[in-house]
Amino acid sequence: MTAAPAADRVRLRTRVLGAQPIGGLFALPYLVFVGVIFAYPLGFAVYIAFHDYFFTAPGVDVAKPFVGFDNFVSVLTDPQVLRSFRNTAVFLVINVPLTVVLALVLATALDSGVRWVSAYRIAFYVPYLTASVSLVGVWMLLFSSGGLVNSVLGPLAPSPSWLINSALAMPTIALYVTWKQLGFYILLYLAALQNVPRERHESAMTDGANAWERFVHVTVPGVRSVTTLVLILAIITGANLFTEPYLLTNGGGPDGASATPVLLIYQQGIQQQNPDTAAAIGMLLVIVVGLLSLVANRVNREA
Amino acid sequence: MGRPRFVWVRYLLLTTAALIFAFPFYFMVVGAFQEAPTNTPDNLFPTSGWTLGNFAAIDARVDLVRSLLNSLIFTSGVLLGTVVFGLLAGYAMARLDFRGRGATWVLMLLVQMVPFQLLMIPLYVQITRGFGLGDTYLGMIAPFAINTTAVFIFTQFFKALPQEMFEAARIDGAGELRILTSIAAPLVRPALVTVILVTFIGPWNEFLWPFLITKDASLQPMAVSLANYISNVAQSTANPNGAILAGAAALAFPVVVLFVLFQRYFTASDLGTAVKG
Repeated sequence: MTAAPAADRVRLRTRVLGAQPIGGLFALPYLVFVGVIFAYPLGFAVYIAFHDYFFTAPGVDVAKPFVGFDNFVSVLTDPQVLRSFRNTAVFLVINVPLTVVLALVLATALDSGVRWVSAYRIAFYVPYLTASVSLVGVWMLLFSSGGLVNSVLGPLAPSPSWLINSALAMPTIALYVTWKQLGFYILLYLAALQNVPRERHESAMTDGANAWERFVHVTVPGVRSVTTLVLILAIITGANLFTEPYLLTNGGGPDGASATPVLLIYQQGIQQQNPDTAAAIGMLLVIVVGLLSLVANRVNREA
Repeated sequence: MGRPRFVWVRYLLLTTAALIFAFPFYFMVVGAFQEAPTNTPDNLFPTSGWTLGNFAAIDARVDLVRSLLNSLIFTSGVLLGTVVFGLLAGYAMARLDFRGRGATWVLMLLVQMVPFQLLMIPLYVQITRGFGLGDTYLGMIAPFAINTTAVFIFTQFFKALPQEMFEAARIDGAGELRILTSIAAPLVRPALVTVILVTFIGPWNEFLWPFLITKDASLQPMAVSLANYISNVAQSTANPNGAILAGAAALAFPVVVLFVLFQRYFTASDLGTAVKG
């Protein structure tokens, strides 16, 4: 008598909650984490950016009025902020093409059956895994005025030296980041190269194509989707620089020539206690990165 | 592929690149043990002047052992959260049919797209002022407590296990938690190693977040201590180069050793997961 309604109830429960509702409990800690660490701060960031937000003593409740786009206006008319976005543009123009070309060329060289592959892999990959603070310390010494790089260059050494020269500070950071991140992109390309069918290379060879022609007409189109990924990741990395300008060029120096938006978020939001304009810079940065990624995606698809 | 006479070009290219890549590490390790790290090319292979004094010099200004211990506590906290809650979430996503699974999956993809820099200011306000967790290990760990990439890796590995095994265990009356801990988790041990390695690097190398929320030097992880030494202390020191390199080597050493030992676990497909989601 009771069997049928009980089965109905189980079926109903299965339809509403799923066959193993305990799964919701298993996923709950992760969902709480996402709510507290991502969703709430994301909403809070938008709130701060549109309000006259400032830090108060604990327990003191002061009105923080809605100010519309005021924070964005003051950010977009701040020459420091505009300069930081221009600096990022300089960085990207150097870093992104260099990254894509070097990563693809080195991955192609590694892919075609050389010996000591794992030794090369370690050499290329270790900078990516190592803390930027460590490597920035080393580069700072190598590129200092009396450092090894200048003593090798001798009379060709730039004056003022790399990191204190406003024309060279950002390019030096771009070189550093290219060097640090390249191993990761080489690995991405290596995985992609293994999916390019051998037959395409072989048929190109029977058509009399030389190594360069095969690289251009078989390899490059074969890894196009990974190139898009590399472009987007390199743009995101470049837009989010903080450690490098903070340490390598001593706080975005000389005189703001290597300041980045994230460095300004730190300086304005935390050092100068203006979280509202800092949040506005953050939102602008995300919008710019999003647009650039769309462009990268579009350009690479048509090319 | 390619004609044999071009092979040497390939080796030349790779070897030159590898030397450029490895050189700063060579400079770091040799300089860390040199009384006066060289600034000239003719002195790149020193035969004398070895010392441990650089480590003592940096240790006198920032407590090396304490800083490395702080890095370890920070990293272990993240690993613990990621392994425990990541296994639970990954198992649920791969093997359990529950309401909201699809939405959770979408959420995992969205999380990968939110840049930390956008969250930096609100998280700082929330964690230091809202939760009062400034200058605590918990505040340091919280934003990284469950690595979403790890949840993806666990999900993939759990999905690859045969369905019959789970059905048999359920018929035998095993609860889901028991299936996870005694059957499923031991079978995905390679995933566990990969997750631990991939997750370790993040907090160990992280600078920005612990730098923001730790003012107390006795709580700062090694990356923050070294950065403070470089930007504040070094200028007032007579010969800071050796000390900087010693600190850099101490921070880099654990990760490099882990990578060389467990190289085969760092595969491109896992990294692909890490970025593509």
